[in-house]
Amino acid sequence: MKVGLFIPCYIDQFYPNVGIATLQLLEKYGAEVVYPLNQTCCGQPMANTGFENIGEKSIDLVVKNFHGMDFIVGPSGSCVLHLKEQLKHRSSELQNKVFELCEFLTDVVKIKAIHAEFPYKVGLHASCHGLRGLGLATPSELNIPRIDKPRSLLEKVKRIQLVELSRKDECCGFGGTFAVNEEAVSVRMGNDRIEDHLKNGVEVITATDMSCLMHLEGLIVRQKKNLKVMHIAEILNGNGIQKTDIPKKEYRK
Amino acid sequence: MISHAKNAKGFLRDQEKTTWHDATLWNARTNRDRGSQKVAEWEQLRELASQIKNNVLSQLDDYLLQFEKNAVKNGAEVYWAKDADDHNRIIGEILKKHRVNSLVKSKSILTEECHLNQYLEKQGYEVVDTDLGERIVQFAKQPPSHIVTPAIHLKKEEIGKLFHEHIGTDEGASDPQYLTEAARKHLREKFLGSEAALTGVNFAIAETGGFVVCTNEGNADMGVNIAPIQIASMGIEKIIPKAEHLGVFLRLLARSATGQSITNYTSHFHQPKPNGKLFIVMVDNGRSDLLGKADFKNSLKCIRCGACMNTCPVYKRSGGYSYGYTIPGPIGSVLAPARDLEKYANLPFASSLCGACTNVCPVKIDLHDQLYKWRQEAAKKGYISTSKKWSMQMAGWVFSHPKLYRFLGSSARLMLRISPRFMIYNSLNAWGKSRELPKAPKESFRDWYLKNKN
Repeated sequence: MKVGLFIPCYIDQFYPNVGIATLQLLEKYGAEVVYPLNQTCCGQPMANTGFENIGEKSIDLVVKNFHGMDFIVGPSGSCVLHLKEQLKHRSSELQNKVFELCEFLTDVVKIKAIHAEFPYKVGLHASCHGLRGLGLATPSELNIPRIDKPRSLLEKVKRIQLVELSRKDECCGFGGTFAVNEEAVSVRMGNDRIEDHLKNGVEVITATDMSCLMHLEGLIVRQKKNLKVMHIAEILNGNGIQKTDIPKKEYRK
Repeated sequence: MISHAKNAKGFLRDQEKTTWHDATLWNARTNRDRGSQKVAEWEQLRELASQIKNNVLSQLDDYLLQFEKNAVKNGAEVYWAKDADDHNRIIGEILKKHRVNSLVKSKSILTEECHLNQYLEKQGYEVVDTDLGERIVQFAKQPPSHIVTPAIHLKKEEIGKLFHEHIGTDEGASDPQYLTEAARKHLREKFLGSEAALTGVNFAIAETGGFVVCTNEGNADMGVNIAPIQIASMGIEKIIPKAEHLGVFLRLLARSATGQSITNYTSHFHQPKPNGKLFIVMVDNGRSDLLGKADFKNSLKCIRCGACMNTCPVYKRSGGYSYGYTIPGPIGSVLAPARDLEKYANLPFASSLCGACTNVCPVKIDLHDQLYKWRQEAAKKGYISTSKKWSMQMAGWVFSHPKLYRFLGSSARLMLRISPRFMIYNSLNAWGKSRELPKAPKESFRDWYLKNKN
């Protein structure tokens, strides 16, 4: 099983640990992982700003980079969704091979047990594109049988305490360029999410998308809130909490 | 061009009121969830409603003619209005011909869209909106900020002040019971003296020529049952083929709007009352143009329940007025650009594209996909700022050259690590106004991979 590891640009640049955890996790469960070296961005920022045509060049690169892989797996529901949508017009063969990490673990690897421990109160933020676009879980608006792939994985982690939120899947307000174009609304949405996690006793917020967490972390660190963020791959990989992950100490003076 | 971001920023200045606004609408969303969960076949109903509406849109012309024929047979007079001016002129002429000086109104967002009140008031008519929320915003000289709950942006203290000024309630009184009773008494007088009554239309049935108006306060009935002249203003998309289809929509409408099983009043109208007259004005006002746009015509399926607003995390935190269009929220943000893309090019960006609107919509309008597609249209027509366009072109260029991307990536990380704080956190950095940037690591993932795995 040859898996092409798709690492979104901001994870490559700012969150290498998330990429490493994803790679280690995939290898742990039997995949032969290849990381094509000429990756950049999936083109979503341009497309969501109205310039899908500009983003298409990025898709050209993806098609080139991942030629011949059995699967393409990435630790981001949002970028994976964008890839899938864009590949629709290009290569249905490639399109069907693209998976977000959690759905790959539950649907393809069909993982039974996870060898990790995480003795903290964890709030699972349901990132919208994974949730509603890829169907990683059942959106709260729909009255259909409930599934939740990321949660089902977290439930296999030892000593983890998953916390119920008051609003189980409201958007955090990142939204790509929305975060800067609609700065005021975006910040307010993020603060409201953080408040929900805090009031329900969450110690660590996790998600399938680091972009949501980057936005929430930005607010948490600025406001010196006692809350951490970790990508789901890091928890599933058994990374634990590093001292350097504690926001207070990381606050730049 | 309307700037939602700028307007929203203004709304958000009152953080406490934003909290209240958000919570009030979230409450409506929660009620909707409870109401819909009581119907086991909810998702089938949505699918059925969507398909009935698709059928309507595929042969709207036939259904409209059928409706007209049957309505005329029932004794109604039917008018076709191609736009808002036409609509207003027709209603003005009906009032003039029947020597009517005042008009009571209920349940009509369409007349807001056409600015009928202003038109008639300019000609000296007294126009009274009789639904409580509508009357409140009419006193406040404001348009509705939500299509189901028009005065949702006002708190009871603000309403108490308005009522004190307009209908003489006690100064400082804000007890909802007291205010509602005062409004009721005030409106009763208006009803009893009314000569003509206008309502909107929720559903117009092609096979019967009748129409249905759904209300909670009963003002539509009160108005049209007292006044000798009854006028119904309907958008041409309000048609449904058969009476039997009503069951599908009535079960969806109130549950989606407020969580109620059904609205308190579901009034069916077919004929003019004895010695009275019934006029039906069918309004296009851009709807046929929209019907011709394959990617966007779906938005004509809307039954105006407001569920997309109640669920939208952006609407809840920015208020109806920040959209600058009669219909706000996700549905407004796809309808407005169809009317005037240049003016409303910013509205499709007033969304994080989370998709909750699409999932909550009882007639399955692909709202967030349409928002995305309107963004593409806005860019094609050149309605996106040059600086944004330029930065996207730059980004596109960088991302299509992996070596350049890597060089710029590591340079940027270095800059972030070594620069003094003021260089990074300043007025040019919108991200950093309230948020920290992520810490910049020395190694990218690729660097690590080359070192450890290759």
